[in-house]
Amino acid sequence: MSSEEFRQQEAELDELYRDIIIDHYRHPRHKGRLTAPSASHEGLNPLCGDEVTVEVVLDGTDLGEIGYTGSGCSISQSSASMMAEAVAGKSVAEAHRLIADFTAMMRGDEGIDPDALGDLEALSGVRKFPVRIKCATLAWHTLAQALKEASA
Amino acid sequence: MRQDTRDKVSSALDVNAIRGDFPILEREVYGKRLVYLDNAATSQKPRQVIDALVRYYESYNANIHRAVHALGEEATAAYEEAREKVARFIGAASSESVIFTRNTTEAINLVAYAWGRANVGEGDEIILTQMEHHSNLIPWQQLAAEKGATIRYIEIKPNGTLELGNLSALFGEHTKLLAMPHVSNSLGTINPAEEIVAEARKRGVTTLIDGAQAVPHMPVDVEAVGADFYAFSAHKMLGPTGVGVLYARRELLEEMAPFLGGGEMIRKVTFEGATWNDLPWKFEAGTPNIADVIAFGSAIDYLDALGMDNVRRHEVEVTTYAMERLRGLDDVTLYGPDEPDQRGGVVSFNYGDLHPHDVGTILDRHGVAIRAGHHCTQPLMRCLGVTGTARASFYIYNTRDEVDALIEGLKAARDFFK
Ligand SMILES: Cc1ncc(COP(=O)(O)O)c(C=O)c1O
Repeated sequence: MSSEEFRQQEAELDELYRDIIIDHYRHPRHKGRLTAPSASHEGLNPLCGDEVTVEVVLDGTDLGEIGYTGSGCSISQSSASMMAEAVAGKSVAEAHRLIADFTAMMRGDEGIDPDALGDLEALSGVRKFPVRIKCATLAWHTLAQALKEASA
Repeated sequence: MRQDTRDKVSSALDVNAIRGDFPILEREVYGKRLVYLDNAATSQKPRQVIDALVRYYESYNANIHRAVHALGEEATAAYEEAREKVARFIGAASSESVIFTRNTTEAINLVAYAWGRANVGEGDEIILTQMEHHSNLIPWQQLAAEKGATIRYIEIKPNGTLELGNLSALFGEHTKLLAMPHVSNSLGTINPAEEIVAEARKRGVTTLIDGAQAVPHMPVDVEAVGADFYAFSAHKMLGPTGVGVLYARRELLEEMAPFLGGGEMIRKVTFEGATWNDLPWKFEAGTPNIADVIAFGSAIDYLDALGMDNVRRHEVEVTTYAMERLRGLDDVTLYGPDEPDQRGGVVSFNYGDLHPHDVGTILDRHGVAIRAGHHCTQPLMRCLGVTGTARASFYIYNTRDEVDALIEGLKAARDFFK
């Protein structure tokens, strides 16, 4: 491999595992069970065994509390932690919008406003690693289900 | 074989010559030489097997068993010759006992439907192990649920071998079937199939051995193993995808109703009904996978020429070296038996607190292909207290240098996540 190619490899790996992702993996936020969740949903990635359970408490139309538990790779777990941080205290409608924007970013859709995603943009490097995209979106699909159950 | 070109790791095989037969091993992945260590999932294919496929399609492609023309006769002869080769390779007393399926999974399902539905009833017991691949688990769970039968699992010991205790106490009054892997795809454990089957036989318990990880890697004589059913896949032993084998004792096949109905499997058909073809065609409904079965015959020729004792010896050598090197890294947990002679060429491990997926991704970028995850053995992973492992699995073309590349990749992963 030329040194040019080698640098590109390393750059892509650095993009995948940005510092902020590793930081959330090592120091998860909002991790733990809630005492009285409005809904709790378990998400599984059957291919690799990643597990994330998302719990929410609704406060009117707002997401009062969010917590998650789970085990899996750095991408699945840091995505859950970053998600929890991003949606905590937001309205349910805003949470849904963020879920839509995030999954659109992972699909590689055009026209996503990177500023709207804030820190979450760091997970865009996962797109270069197609088998890992499901790891990144697991928590988000799980949150969508939990919100649906909580609002039902 | 030229002694001087032999890979230094192997006293059993001329690995350099073997590598020359596998075109894919010349390719690069992300600018690095491919190091393929995912052989338990599927093996690579030698030129001889690829050529057999091309030869069939270019020169005698025709449907078999029913053509009155030259091409059909040639194709039929080649297809049936492959069956003879398989029968010889596994020591089957008769090629009538060799049924071609799509893969191991279909072979097991054939038994679960054609034998299981007729022989397992309410209150009966099926014995499996905690180390089943899902393909030797789900068909039995489905059968048990449908019939009201129960499943008991032989537990595994911390070293990854089966907790067999007193063999004669293993079977109960209502045990109908024992099904288990010959070699575990997750732990590498070689199970004492012959002893267990012998005990089952004494009790009148029917047996099925999942040989998907055994037949490709060591000499297997199905008559010596003694099981009623024995299943494996061509694609894990140099052959094409889309071909599996079910070996079954003749008496059982004769009693069993067909699994699938259609062409090829019938003798006489009227509007009122049909009678079944002879063995083994009774269980091969429809046009089979002619090309791939014929090419599988070439894969068997290739392994026969190497000698399965030598294949096994080579794998023990590479596995021994890999385990030594892995133990040399701080903080590696190895799963399965410690002694390489008790395991196939599969090494499952975890590295510190790194998740196997993250390890797999970094290794991949170093050109090293391994497996990360539960390896289709989710209940086993739960027994081990992990969500998954990283797994390197070896075959005839793997070298000591490739084990070194694995170790270098692991060190890079550790540095990356430090
Ligand atoms: C032990 C074992 N059994 C069964 C299977 C299933 O094989 P196939 O996918 O070819 O049906 C495999 C391979 O993945 C295996 O390793």
